[in-house]
Order: sequence, then structure tokens, then C-alpha cells
Amino acid sequence: MSIVTVQLGQCGNQIGQEVFNAVCADVRGTHGLCSKKENESYRDACKERFFREEESEVPVARAVLVDMEPKVISQTLSIAARSGCWKYDDRSHFCQKQGSGNNWANGYSVHGPRHKEAIMNLVQKEAEKCDRLGGFFTIMSMAGGTGSGLGAFVTRCLRDAFPTSFILNHVIWPYGTGEVIVQNYNSVLTLSHLYQSSDALLVHENDVIHKICAQLMNIKQISFRDVNQVIAHQLGSVFQPSYTAEGGSRYSRNPLGDLMETLVPHPEFKMLGLRNIPQMPENSLAYSTFSWPGLLKHLRQMLIANAQMEEGIDWQVRPPRPGFSIPSSHPTNKPLHFNTSIANLVILRGKDTHSVDLGKKEKHTYIHQYTKFGIEEEDFLDSFTALEQVISSYTLL
Amino acid sequence: MTQSVVVQVGQCGNQVGCRFWDLALREHAAAAPKGIYDEALSSFFRNVDTRSGGDSPDIYKGKICSLKARALLIDMEEGVVNEILQGPLRDVFDSKQLITDVSGSGNNWAVGHKLYGCRYRENIVEKLRKTAEHCDCLQCFFIIHSMGGGTGSGLGTFVLNLLEDEFPEVYRFVTSVYPSGEDDVITSPYNSVLAMRELNEHADCVLPIENESLFDIVNKIHQMTNSGKLGSTVKQNSLVTSSANSTKAVQEKPFDAMNNIVANLLLNLTSSARFEGSLNMDLNEISMNLVPFPRLHYLVSSLTPLYTLADVNVPSRKLDQMFSDAFSRDHQLIQADPKHSLYLACALLVRGNVQVSDLRRNIERLKPSLHFVSWNQEGWKTGLCSVPPVGHSHSLLALANNTCVKPTFIELKDRFMKLYKKKAHLHHYLHIDGMEQSCFAEAVSSLSDLIEEYNELDATKNGPRTDPPRLKIAV
Repeated sequence: MSIVTVQLGQCGNQIGQEVFNAVCADVRGTHGLCSKKENESYRDACKERFFREEESEVPVARAVLVDMEPKVISQTLSIAARSGCWKYDDRSHFCQKQGSGNNWANGYSVHGPRHKEAIMNLVQKEAEKCDRLGGFFTIMSMAGGTGSGLGAFVTRCLRDAFPTSFILNHVIWPYGTGEVIVQNYNSVLTLSHLYQSSDALLVHENDVIHKICAQLMNIKQISFRDVNQVIAHQLGSVFQPSYTAEGGSRYSRNPLGDLMETLVPHPEFKMLGLRNIPQMPENSLAYSTFSWPGLLKHLRQMLIANAQMEEGIDWQVRPPRPGFSIPSSHPTNKPLHFNTSIANLVILRGKDTHSVDLGKKEKHTYIHQYTKFGIEEEDFLDSFTALEQVISSYTLL
Repeated sequence: MTQSVVVQVGQCGNQVGCRFWDLALREHAAAAPKGIYDEALSSFFRNVDTRSGGDSPDIYKGKICSLKARALLIDMEEGVVNEILQGPLRDVFDSKQLITDVSGSGNNWAVGHKLYGCRYRENIVEKLRKTAEHCDCLQCFFIIHSMGGGTGSGLGTFVLNLLEDEFPEVYRFVTSVYPSGEDDVITSPYNSVLAMRELNEHADCVLPIENESLFDIVNKIHQMTNSGKLGSTVKQNSLVTSSANSTKAVQEKPFDAMNNIVANLLLNLTSSARFEGSLNMDLNEISMNLVPFPRLHYLVSSLTPLYTLADVNVPSRKLDQMFSDAFSRDHQLIQADPKHSLYLACALLVRGNVQVSDLRRNIERLKPSLHFVSWNQEGWKTGLCSVPPVGHSHSLLALANNTCVKPTFIELKDRFMKLYKKKAHLHHYLHIDGMEQSCFAEAVSSLSDLIEEYNELDATKNGPRTDPPRLKIAV
């Protein structure tokens, strides 16, 4: 059961590369549980899910790389090839010469329709090479122009072309103190559009990951590479093979489907959060001991208190409804929970985003940049309305 | 990868432009020592085989044969351009990229704009088209000129107009040198205000520069390097005012140090578009993020650090100092104090060995002391480029859309009105074909409107922050 990854924009491509790195390193690791004979089936399942075998012996990632300017893709391709353990398919990428300029409208209304055929062709080819297609996993940021705008468009195209496949969108929430000035516009537009075509949205916040790097991983000068590696580690723990609750001897044959089933019981509630413990630098691993009860207790605490990491939990109780599958062969735990605390996440963010946005909208700031590419003010209004509805549904829970 | 074309107009424009090409070559030589023509180089240079002569096609890959700048040199007198063509940069320019005349514009905007504009229109359009054809994907035109003279100001803004008509999709970034109070050109207020109107209407982004600020920075560096204490430990080629060949004992021309600062500004601005980094910031992103309203497109810039010490170990504290300096009054390239005015938006482009945590830490540290407009409290655009400028391990360019440009414009208007009320020197302008008194009236009213817009924003500065009501929907 294979997953096809679509990496969109600079953020998507940089993270995607780290994800494949992490999975490959895990599979090839010479220490740890993965290398034991008993776990060969795990290794194979893992490889099958993310890579395909080519004649050259180096596994090829099942991925399509999309960006509107060439620098990041060429970097990503060359770094992967240099690693020697895996690589991307040389033809599975699409890029243009000029970026989207942080303009959602440029990504969605201009680049989308213009390059739809070329991009969908690449995805189709990649999908055909899977024995059994498990679904699509897209990685994008919400603040920029390509990841957000073109990403929303591509998700819609995926839904149209593959109506019965699962689509999981991984979105990166920008820093609260701002990394792109029009990030609020881009984020609202992206979320509202993704909600219609996607099956689930998995959110990672830059602020949170940054804190994890600083406090748990003890990194002094945090680079985007560090941030991306943490995200990749967390994603790996979700997507690598695991047993399901019923079938205790077989790895899940339908990873995305299982996720959706447990986590998205109603199409109105699609937003997912991820909590992963333990999260620590590799060199500390030798000095720590873990036990399942300890880890689980910690996780439960995190969930109840709506915390994103083990340290600095702030206590406010909200009833969770846990139901998790217990993997038996790796040290990290994957929480699969339908949890009202995620509703909190949406609301808090939503509040900030919206109050600033509405202010902007009234003064029509930056609107001329978007109308230049065909998005009108009604589109903004539609997006706000859609998101408000999502927020009120979560609040009513 | 996109390309940009530089159009340098008038004496000031050409002198600054000359420094720009010199430093650009130095930067690329340091970044690609193997002499391969790569995508980064292609953004400002073409690679041609001059042996075959004439119009040989460009070479896109492989070793560098002969680099030609993507530029247009325009001046209505021959002195400056001739000097460039006899200097060390003569091979970088094609004779087909020049447009010159003999008599100059006599510090008269009308002569530059109306007379020469008319006369050279076809010629300019043709040469622009040629340059654009050599570009795979043309993204931006950079115009460099001064506001106070005749050619740079008049013909420069004519070219701006032309670019909007002929290449509407391509961005127009204008670097304008504004006259200072003690400018020796008496008609500079007229020229500047007439040019301002064109900038208001046709430019995407304007980077105003004032000679006074450049001069102050040069003096500051001079003091630091000659003061004995730090003098010997300063790396010569790291000075933001140094020329590429400063290691030789060449007599530098008087404005060279000041012009180098502007050249470095342009290099830093385009660095993220040319070189790789973990968070790219392209030119279209600069325009998108820093211009909330089409007319308010004046960006105050500052460059730090001004020099590097030869001591290799730069502790983190020095890094933070770089960020603080970027917001201080004496690092700005115009006479303005952004810290005490209102920010509409701010961009930080960092080059070199700086990571996202350093950036975030400094933003959080500096934010409380800056006033942002109420609807854009998190108005930061950030970019990280891995390649540092020559001689530095890291550097920072801060671009601010800030109401502190207002005093510059108000002063300009005052100086204009002083002359205009007496109708002094007006006849020189009015006897040019196509020039009427209404041109003046319209120009000053355009400037007044702009000042008024900044005033309105300033009025909101200390007011209570009223959050607009949340959108209500029927559930």
C-alpha cells in the first residue's frame, strides 16, 4: 500500500526531503529494532509505502516535486542524490522560472490552471507505478504563494481526478510574529479551499516546533533544517507501518484510510494535530529509559492539558476521547485521537487570524495585489464565511 | 531563474551603475570561483562568445566566455559614459547598449522628459526590446537616477513611463537619489517634484536615497578605520563603501565610496533571488508584501554591518547588534528616523550564517520598541540567503514602508513652493514643447495627496487599537 507525496513550494519541498531522509535512515539503520530479522516485514512495508525499487538499486521516492521557481527543487534533488541512500525520480518534478511572489491568487488562479495538465500528468504517472495506491499526502505552507495557492488548486484537481482516494494535506502554520506579511490572507484562503477538497488537514505550527527544538532538543542556533527534521520525525511516526487495533499480526494495509476512519468521523471536522513523545536529541537517547506506562501517562497529560510537548504543561482540563492503536516495535508512540483540544487549536489561531484580517479587509489593504490575479473581494468573504462555519461547528462540540 | 535589467540614466545613475557592475562581478567571482556560468550569474549577465562577433547567440551553460551586463546606459552628455567605456568595465558593456547625446539636459526636467524623451523614444524602445529578448524570463527593471538633475530626473522618468507601456508585466524598481537642502542645483526642487509625480504613478517600488546620509556613513567608516584602535583590524574589502579593486592603491573618485553603498543595497536586495537559502525572498515578494496601497511604495532602506573586523570569531551578541543597528537612525539611507514613526510593513533580508532562531529572537526583541500600524501588527517579511556578501560572514538589509519618508517629501514641497510662488526659473521649462503650467500644478498636487495619505496613517498611530467586529454568519 503506497502513498504518493506531493511536495509544493519551498517549504513543502524542504520538508518532504527530510521526511524521505528520515524514513530511509530508519529503514537502513544498523542499530535499533528495525534491523532485526523479525522486523523484515516492517522494513519491507515501510519501503513499499514510500519508495519504489528501480534497476539502479537505490530506492526512488514516490514523490512529485512542484515549485514555481527552480532553485529549491534543484537543491532538493541534488541533496537527495548525494545521500546515496535514496533519490528522487529525475522526471518527477515540475518547475517554472518565476515564483508566485507570496500571492495566493497568483498560485491559485494563474499558475494553477496554466500548469494543471503538466502537474497532474506527473501525479498520474507516479500513481500508476503503485501496486496499490493508498492515497495522497501533500506538504505545503500556508503563508507563501505557491504552497498555499497552487497547493489548494492541486488538491482540488487531485480530488477531481481521484475521487475515491484519500487525500491528507499537511500544512505548516506560520510564525505568530510574522514571516510573511500577507500570511493571514494566504492562510485563510488556503484553509477554506482545502476544507472542501481534502479528507484531513494535519497542522504543524512553526512556533511549536521551534519551541520543541529549543527546549527539548537543546539546539542552540535553530535552523530551518532542524525544524524540518523534527517535523519529519513526527510525520514518520504517523506514517510508518503499524498494527491496527483489530489485526494484531499484520501491518495496516490502508494507512491513510485508517487514520481518516478514526480521526474524521464527520466531514465537518477535518483538522488534526500531532503530539509525539519522546522528542529528544539522538545523543541523549543513550541516557534515558522509557517505559510504556510512563510514556502513555505523559501523553495523556499532554492531551488533557492541550500541550504540545512534555515540558511546561499548563493545566486546563477538557475531556478527551482517546482511542489509540498500539504499535509494538518502535520506541515512539503515535497518538491517534479525536480530541476536542484540536478544536481549541483552530479557534485560538482563527481568532488571531481573523481579527487582523477583518481589519485589513475594511481598509482594503493589499487587495490590489490579489485582484491583479483574479481574486475578488467576494472570494475573500466566501473564505471567511467558510472558516467561521468550521469554527462554530468545533465550538458547538 | 529570472533576469533583471538595469537602466542607468544621467550622470548620477551611470556613476552608481558603474559601481554596481563592479561589485556585482566581484560578488559572483567570490561565489563561483570555478568560472562556470551559472543561473545566479545569468540574472544580471549574459554569456557571449565575442570572437564570432556580431549577434552571436547567448551561451547558457559551461565556462564563462565573455560576460555582458544586462544594462542600458543613457546619458545626454558623453563624458560619464565615455569614462566608463575607457575604464576597467569596458568589456562588460556592448556598444549597442548605450544612448548618448552631446549637450546634456541643462538641469531641466522638461528638456530631459519632453525634448529628449520624444527624440529618443524609438531608439530606447528598440534597445529595451533587444535586451528583453536576451532574457529567458525577465522579472524586473532597475532604474537608477537622481531626482535633482535634468537627464536622470526627466529622461529617467520618461523611461519609467515607457517601461510601463511596453512591459506592463515586469516590475519596476527605482533607486532615486534625492537632493539635499544645500543642493547646488537651484532648480532641483522643480525637477524632483515633477519627477515625483511620475514615480507616484508608474513605479512599483521606490528606494529613496539621500546624499547626506551616504556622506554620514562614509565619514563614520572613515573615522572607524583611521582611529587607530580598530583601524588595522578592519577587513578592507568588507567596507560597505569599498570598491572591488581597493587593494590596489588606486585613487578613488570622489563619489565612489557613497555610490558603493547604493550598489551594495541593490546587490543585497537581489541576493535571495540569485542565490539559494532556506527561506527565499524574491523581488515580486518584496513588492507584494511591502506595498499595502499602490501609491505608498516608498521603502526606507538600511544596510548593516558597515564593516567587518578581521577577527573571525563573531559572538552571538554581535549578531544582535547588527539587528539593532538596522533600525537606528544613522544607518538609514535617507535622513529619517523610522523608530519614531509608523511602520506599515518591514522586511528583513539576512545573508550568510544566520539561522531562523536568530531572526525570530531579534524580531521579538525589537518589536516592542517599534510602532506598527494597527492592522498589521505582525508586519514582518523575512528572508534567509545562505551566501554572504564579500568580506562578511553575515549581513542584513532592512526595508521599511514607514511614514518617516514624510518629512523628506514635505521639505521637498516647501522648497518647490518657495521658487514656484515667485515663478522663478519657470520660463526655462515653459518654453519647451509640451510643457505647461498645469504640469507643475498637477505635480505638486500629486505630492500633496501623497503627503496627506501619510498624514492620515500617522493620525492613527497613537489612537486606541479598535478591533473591528468579527464577521457574523448564520449558523
